[in-house]
Amino acid sequence: MPTYRPGPVSLIIAAFVALFLLMPLLAVIPVSLTPSRMLAMPSGELSLRHYRALIEDPRWIDSILLSIRIGIVSSAFSTVLALCFSLGVWMFQPRFTAALVGFVLLPMVVPPVVSAITLYFLLTSISGFSSLFGYDTWLGVAMAHSVMTVPFATVLMLVSLSQLDRRIDLAARGLGASVWERATRIIMPNIKFGIVTAALLSFVLSWEEIGVTLFITSVNAITLPRLMWMGLRDNIDPAIAALSVILIIITVLVLALRSFVVRLRGVR
Amino acid sequence: MRAYLSDRMGAALLMAPLLLFLVLAYAWPFLGVVKWSFTLPTPGLGQYEALLTDDLVQSVFIRTLRIAAVVTVVSVAAAYAITVVWVRGTPAQRLVAEFCILVPFWISVLTRAFGWVALLSNRGLINTWLQAIGFISEPLALVRNEFGVIVGMTHFLIPFAVFPLASAMRSLDDRVLLAARGLGSSRMRTFWSVFVPMTRSGIIGAALIVFVFSLGFFVTPAILGGGRSVMVAELIYLRIFQSPDWGLGAAISVVLVLFVGALMALLFRYVRPKQLI
Repeated sequence: MPTYRPGPVSLIIAAFVALFLLMPLLAVIPVSLTPSRMLAMPSGELSLRHYRALIEDPRWIDSILLSIRIGIVSSAFSTVLALCFSLGVWMFQPRFTAALVGFVLLPMVVPPVVSAITLYFLLTSISGFSSLFGYDTWLGVAMAHSVMTVPFATVLMLVSLSQLDRRIDLAARGLGASVWERATRIIMPNIKFGIVTAALLSFVLSWEEIGVTLFITSVNAITLPRLMWMGLRDNIDPAIAALSVILIIITVLVLALRSFVVRLRGVR
Repeated sequence: MRAYLSDRMGAALLMAPLLLFLVLAYAWPFLGVVKWSFTLPTPGLGQYEALLTDDLVQSVFIRTLRIAAVVTVVSVAAAYAITVVWVRGTPAQRLVAEFCILVPFWISVLTRAFGWVALLSNRGLINTWLQAIGFISEPLALVRNEFGVIVGMTHFLIPFAVFPLASAMRSLDDRVLLAARGLGSSRMRTFWSVFVPMTRSGIIGAALIVFVFSLGFFVTPAILGGGRSVMVAELIYLRIFQSPDWGLGAAISVVLVLFVGALMALLFRYVRPKQLI
């Protein structure tokens, strides 16, 4: 328990920073309720027309469904790859581990715009001989998202493995368990939480991915962020404000639920 | 011997799929981009020559470095202030600080950039209110310029600066602070000459993360800069999709990677990686 508390000066500065952090999130609420067709503050009357537009306009529904589909496929793919890789690293501690892990983390460290042009090169090259995986296809986007999310999944797996007691694995090995049994019956049940977290984080990262998606889609694979981008670039569409309010509410609820669960566990 | 062999086999089998995937889907196409930079539109070093001589490219690089530097200083300072409260405040203060850090962190970059548009644009919240109270007659130009870009990027990057700072502040031994106070140092002096220097590794880590992120930033500058204050990442996008000049776009990307790599190598010579996390 820290004995050294922040003084009034620190508290005042921190309050300004907190206000700065929340301001743009609060600002979208009045905009989402404007009766105007364009971005404006409501003057007097409020309207829910932009929320209705989200349900009635099929473009929004289609892009939401597409983003969910891409998120599930890319998250499953990167979680499985990251799990196998991390199990290999942890169980066998091969030589050059540091270099291999460093290589896997590259897409996380390299500036996203460079990854974007790299994946643009990849997908346009694939387009030459496959119409299923190439540029502007949903499977191509899912693959590109996997490249971008797999380093994060790997980090989470390696962190939860590093907290695991090696002796339980040694005991299983000494009792004659095969590699498969050790992995599936000893190690994986113990890092369940890490695996689920990695899958969820990969999904969220794919769901909101825009930097790479902009480079690899044009008219067919319009994910939700891509559609938002289009609405932000041209004439600013207040439906984006309505959507933003919904996304912010979901985020706040999930975070509140999480801290509630953490607190509940802490009490026990 | 047999066990040793099967161990190596097992490791290889488990690690191969991810390594193979990233070699094929990341390393190979990156080499392709490098090849573009030397072969498009004509083979040779022409694109790298253009980087050094083209006025537009130069001005974009300088603007990017300038914006990144300002954003780094402002975000790390702001993050420091809120992290102090998050790590050392009363339980209630910590809860509020955590909420203010984590909610923006989990919200997508597009929503956050849009929030700033709603606040700063000509018919946005700030201009509407200032005009309503008669403080200004013409809307202030707060967005579609460098100011808007800096505000939006600072907002995006503060949470990223918080995490290394928090870990540095958590590992600080309270008894040092008590000793400083006990020896008669004022609160201010204890903060500036004991607390801040002891979190140096966190400050360096936070500054590096923010600076590197700012260099390759795309979405926020593109929306809040409105095409007028173009940064490096947007220039790459424009060279690929608007004035198809893939060679130049590729050459800028290669330079950006080399620059970021050199920056990180330099940092790791002075700070051990463990101190950063």
